[in-house]
Amino acid sequence: MTVDSIAGVDIESNDEGFLVDPHQWNDDVAVELARREGIGPLTDRHWQVIRFMRSEYESKGTGPTVRVLGKTSGVSIKELYQLFPKGPAKLAAKIAGIPKPRGCI
Amino acid sequence: MGAGISKVSIIISKGSLEGIYPGLIMANGARAEGIDANLFFTFFGLDAIHAKRLEHIKVAAVGNPGMHMASLIGVLPGMSAIATHMIEKKMEQIDIPDLPEFMEMIADTGCGIYACKASVDLFGFSKDDFIDQVQDIITVGEFYELAAGGEIIFT
Repeated sequence: MTVDSIAGVDIESNDEGFLVDPHQWNDDVAVELARREGIGPLTDRHWQVIRFMRSEYESKGTGPTVRVLGKTSGVSIKELYQLFPKGPAKLAAKIAGIPKPRGCI
Repeated sequence: MGAGISKVSIIISKGSLEGIYPGLIMANGARAEGIDANLFFTFFGLDAIHAKRLEHIKVAAVGNPGMHMASLIGVLPGMSAIATHMIEKKMEQIDIPDLPEFMEMIADTGCGIYACKASVDLFGFSKDDFIDQVQDIITVGEFYELAAGGEIIFT
């Protein structure tokens, strides 16, 4: 558990770098988290995924797996892996400030 | 946390539903974790990438203790189809994709998909017999080159 200053806000993250409290998140935090993960400037497509992850978390209490992302976010699986090369659901969840989704497919 | 796994190469050698799915779930799961992955289909595993066969994969109903059903019942005509149908329905309920969709999905994640040359020769197949997602027919030596530096999982 570490406390870090991200985009001027003191944010607590767990060992894997996921936000402990999703409410500490905002757009600037997302931009900084993305930069740290090596994801270039966030495009509209990135934001579409990030917003989708936030809304899924807010309505269902958990982020979606890659399969659900591919089927319901409006972004195909192929594109998801282009936008977030190292594990889209995991990476997009981290950047969106929500916990890592648990799921096998 | 120590260094994670950076690459897995998974061999699929069986042609039953329960012999194919674990390897696919592992490959797909690896990609979702940002781990490079390869799938190598050999022997009866080729059925999973064969265009005419992948929609007819069955659960083994005979000699399969995991079925919790006596083989004497399992040999009856239709039992394998019933068992397969039951599992497929459950898989659909929890959104596990069917084989054609799963292969497409796995290919879209950037996983390598290969057929074993020795088995292809053994069964007299050619690249045309396989689904589009199969990238190449390779030898065991070529598989080892692809797998070098990573984990190899045999299923």
